Amino acid sequence: MNIVVCIKQVPDSDKVTIDRETNRLNRAGVPSIINPFDENALEMALQLKDKHGGKVTVISMGPPQAEQALRTALSHGADEAILVSDRKFGGADTWATSYTISLAIKKLEDVDLILFGKQAIDGDTAQVGPGVAHFLDIPMLTYAQGVEVTGETFKVNKVTEDGYEIWDIDKPAALTVVKEANELRMPSLKKKMAAKKAEIPCWGYDELNPIDENIGLSGSPTKVSKIFAPPVKLNKEILSGEPSDMIAELIKKLKEQHVL
Amino acid sequence: MGNINWGITEEQQEIVDLIDDFGKERIVPVRAELDEKGIFPADILKELAQMDLMGLYIPEEYGGFGADHMGFTLAIETMSKYCIGVSVSFAANALGADPILIGGSDEQKKKFLSPLASGEKWAAFGLTEANAGSDAGGIQTTAVKKGDKYVLNGTKQWITNGGEADIYTVFAVTNKAKGSRGVSCFIVEKDTPGFSFGKKEDKLGIRASCTRELVFEDCEVPAENMIGREGMGFLLAMKTFDVSRPGIAAQGVGLAQGALDEAVKYAKVRKQFGKPIIANQGLLWMLAEMSTKVETARAITYAACRSLDAGVKNISKVSAMCKYYAGDVAMSVTTDAVQVFGGYGFMKEYPVEKMMRDAKILQIYEGTNQIQRDIVGNSLVKEYASV
Ligand SMILES: Cc1cc2nc3c(=O)[nH]c(=O)nc-3n(C[C@H](O)[C@H](O)[C@H](O)COP(=O)(O)OP(=O)(O)OC[C@H]3O[C@@H](n4cnc5c(N)ncnc54)[C@H](O)[C@@H]3O)c2cc1C
Ligand SMILES: Cc1cc2nc3c(=O)[nH]c(=O)nc-3n(C[C@H](O)[C@H](O)[C@H](O)COP(=O)(O)OP(=O)(O)OC[C@H]3O[C@@H](n4cnc5c(N)ncnc54)[C@H](O)[C@@H]3O)c2cc1C
Repeated sequence: MNIVVCIKQVPDSDKVTIDRETNRLNRAGVPSIINPFDENALEMALQLKDKHGGKVTVISMGPPQAEQALRTALSHGADEAILVSDRKFGGADTWATSYTISLAIKKLEDVDLILFGKQAIDGDTAQVGPGVAHFLDIPMLTYAQGVEVTGETFKVNKVTEDGYEIWDIDKPAALTVVKEANELRMPSLKKKMAAKKAEIPCWGYDELNPIDENIGLSGSPTKVSKIFAPPVKLNKEILSGEPSDMIAELIKKLKEQHVL
Repeated sequence: MGNINWGITEEQQEIVDLIDDFGKERIVPVRAELDEKGIFPADILKELAQMDLMGLYIPEEYGGFGADHMGFTLAIETMSKYCIGVSVSFAANALGADPILIGGSDEQKKKFLSPLASGEKWAAFGLTEANAGSDAGGIQTTAVKKGDKYVLNGTKQWITNGGEADIYTVFAVTNKAKGSRGVSCFIVEKDTPGFSFGKKEDKLGIRASCTRELVFEDCEVPAENMIGREGMGFLLAMKTFDVSRPGIAAQGVGLAQGALDEAVKYAKVRKQFGKPIIANQGLLWMLAEMSTKVETARAITYAACRSLDAGVKNISKVSAMCKYYAGDVAMSVTTDAVQVFGGYGFMKEYPVEKMMRDAKILQIYEGTNQIQRDIVGNSLVKEYASV
């Protein structure tokens, strides 16, 4: 079975600070990691491969340094990695990104399953997975926490707000994966050493042959007019006294606010 | 650590980084429970196998990673920062395998080292008996030749990984008249008839590790499982210790480093008399001493590993030196770490009391620290014989 996992390199949000004057993220010097939800997608792919054999290919679209995220994925057990990168792809929004990634996946043969993380922790849009599925014209399910292979279909356990649903979905399919699905295995030493030296092909404009109007900043319908931190207005109140009195007071106040 | 250049290679650094991440993610969250309940870290060893780390010390031709002594020692040191109950369960595999690596035939190596390298099987080393601890030459377990087999009778005591391991290197007397030159070493597999496991110990420290009796009752072992020739066992045990003691030293270095890390972090945030306790010279100097001890223990340990890797012939002295020095350092640094934590250090909610309990074993197993001083002293007598 051939599985593609799309991973995004994101700043380690635990280590990001906010510039108090501009309200922008201080990205300089912040270490990059694989988007945490993409780790769950990768582990889901690796588990399917452990069970059914096949190949796991990781794809990342981003600047040249996104290669590091791909090497990390290789050290965890992915078989192949492809970097999608070109200056002309720069500034892409989720629509243009989905289009570009779909071109890369079309170049691969016999793909059975394409996995994404639930969303990326930097943009939080959750749009690229469904977007790619759209451009490839294949069925897609979001929020998968489990998957089984059943003949020509996948049986997918999808998390919902009040439980889960079981779906059958035709091959080839795309899924976005939630955190509850699993925990990414540790890297192996041999794979880690091999990943350092692995040749990672870079597919750019010439390799993917895109329609010019669909890529990069100019191909992106989304326009960001302003970035700002929403003003936070909190009415803080600190209770004091005996714990039992404070709890009674707290419950009363929460009821007043209709929280309870 | 710190600003010292230890000349670690890129590959060795990869090993360190990998195990450091593993320690933080997989060992720290469970170590208190493993310790309290005395749970053997089987899941951790299985994951280490997936990570290619169980075969770190085994040559590539037998399916291992083929790290040098320095690389393997760094692995033990790094894991020991987080829990030496776990790191000894890991390292005792190498101790059990060392007699095969040192004296085994190519066939024995192929047969027994390959499953150890993959982590599919685990190993243990069986020398000590109730009446033969420091005086290992005085073991009483016997092996009597019968056709193409040896029949083993006797009981080994306090064997790390006992019951959990699949492959045991066991020392037994084949010729009583010859004393320690009448000892031979056998590879015994877990399911051999006549081989069973006795008492499992309840211990002060390294409680995650399993320490158990091996019982041999007319246990027939194929003669081809003897390592080397009859009578070579004791020498093989001593050669094994030459190689394994720097690993025990590395446990001491890692454990002491772990305790120092905790102590410094705590001393910076704990406030008394209106300032962090680290602002008191009395405490700061204590931390300085702890740090200096850790680095000197590290230096002698690495020196021993580098000598091993360079193929230096007579390694017993420096091996014994680093074993006892780093073990003593671990005991003193962990005790001081508890002191830095004050009353909190005495409590199980904080990690340092466990570290102090764990440290004690480093002065006892693989030859007590008195015996190590004996080895160093006897080497001196030899070295200065002609003076
Ligand atoms: C948790 C644990 C795990 C172990 N794992 C293993 C294992 O995997 N395999 C294995 O074979 N063994 C193992 N051992 C055994 C260990 O190696 C012995 O405990 C050790 O060699 C000391 O022997 P002893 O306990 O009988 O102490 P003893 O030999 O009785 O010593 C008692 C005291 O007398 C001192 N002493 C003895 N002789 C002298 C001397 N000549 N000069 C000065 N002082 C002396 C010692 O230093 C010590 O302080 C383990 C032990 C423990 C506690
Ligand atoms: C089992 C147990 C039973 C106890 N029973 C009682 C009890 O019955 N009644 C009671 O009142 N208390 C009791 N205590 C509390 C005990 O007296 C305190 O733990 C002790 O005074 C140390 O305080 P601390 O733990 O807050 O350590 P800290 O004061 O935080 O000290 C931490 C470290 O900093 C050092 N340090 C602090 N200040 C300085 C300084 N100025 N210069 C140099 N070094 C400094 C300390 O020596 C120590 O090494 C008990 C504690 C324990 C652990």
